[in-house]
Amino acid sequence: MAMTVHCDIVSAEDSIFSGLVEMIVAAGSEGDVGIGYGHAPLLTALKPGPIRVIKQGGEEEIYYISGGYLEVQPSVMIVLADTAVRAEDLDEAKALQAKKDAEAALSTQSSELDYSLATAQLAEAAAQLRTLQAIRKNLGH
Amino acid sequence: MAVGKEIRTQIASIKGTQKITSAMEMVAASKMRKAQDRMETGKPYAQRMRAVVGHLANANPEYKHMYMVEREAKRVGYIIVSSDRGLCGGLNINVFKKAILSSKEWADKGVAVDLALIGAKASGFFKSVGGNVVARIRDLGEAPSIADLIGSVKVMLDAYSDGKIDRLYLVGNEFVNTMVQKPFVSQLLPLEPEENEELKHHWDYIYEPDAEELLDGLLTRYVESQVYQAVVENAACEQAARMIAMKNATDNAGDLIEGLQLVYNKARQAAITQELSEIVGGAAAV
Repeated sequence: MAMTVHCDIVSAEDSIFSGLVEMIVAAGSEGDVGIGYGHAPLLTALKPGPIRVIKQGGEEEIYYISGGYLEVQPSVMIVLADTAVRAEDLDEAKALQAKKDAEAALSTQSSELDYSLATAQLAEAAAQLRTLQAIRKNLGH
Repeated sequence: MAVGKEIRTQIASIKGTQKITSAMEMVAASKMRKAQDRMETGKPYAQRMRAVVGHLANANPEYKHMYMVEREAKRVGYIIVSSDRGLCGGLNINVFKKAILSSKEWADKGVAVDLALIGAKASGFFKSVGGNVVARIRDLGEAPSIADLIGSVKVMLDAYSDGKIDRLYLVGNEFVNTMVQKPFVSQLLPLEPEENEELKHHWDYIYEPDAEELLDGLLTRYVESQVYQAVVENAACEQAARMIAMKNATDNAGDLIEGLQLVYNKARQAAITQELSEIVGGAAAV
């Protein structure tokens, strides 16, 4: 059996997940990171995107977070998420709509539009969609 | 015959007050529920954040962030969390006492003290007591949001970054249970390493992206989350303290009414007895 490590995922609103995991895969600021037992201490910022948690025994769960931080110690991993939701709760239609709105806002670029805000919204919507696609792929096999 | 009219009006007026206090007690009880929920939901994040920062303070990084370096204290900052409204027993005054006691220690050493005040009661108190107030925020309402607090927290963080203050403390109430709220003072900056034997050896994190950018974001968020948690916790304390204070007031009003009622009944009975004996005396004389 694979070695496991304790993992906590918390957001400002709630404690999302706490338990033993074999590995987690998260969207780090420099690219996706997969972290298992005995990883060297690491601190990284997280981009909006899915976090895949492979629990003890191989069962997988996917959460969506809109940014945050990940701390890795040899004995524990802590994800400090800005907001985390169980990915099943994500609404694809809403995410698509948000993405469309953000793209429309970007393309019209009226004078008062906050460009950086629109870009952030677009990135978030795209990340939510990515999460949903990951779940779909998971269910497919 | 009007016996004890004054007593009757007094009883009526105390009954009116009792109605108000018992209504306030019930309102506070229901609000406490919600405030407690808010406090509980935020707690895991604040605790984990503290754990991460505790680990971080134990690390031996190549890059030392400003918030991790201990400087000689020439000026210290306090963030004091209080409620917006009164009628909640000694809740606020206990916090202020704690804050003044702690800041006096610095003042005795010749260190100046800056204050950032959260809540209307703190503003009022330190206006009369005096103190160098650099930021104040009030009327946060029952569901404070982090966005509301960022302004005054930033004032303190900027002062720390510019070297204007060398320590930053947070003063607030800890919610022990409904009956007990304990004032606390905790040091936010510089970071205090967590006691942990496991982490005593020489080690450092891998930082992604680079340490400076990452720690800037993380530590700012740390301070904000601690202040936010203190505010939410204080809101729960406020409702609990108010509930207890109003319950006591209602009970006391009940005791007062009981005493007055007894005096009133006695006076009425005495009047009746006197009247009777006058009638009997009068009849006997005829």
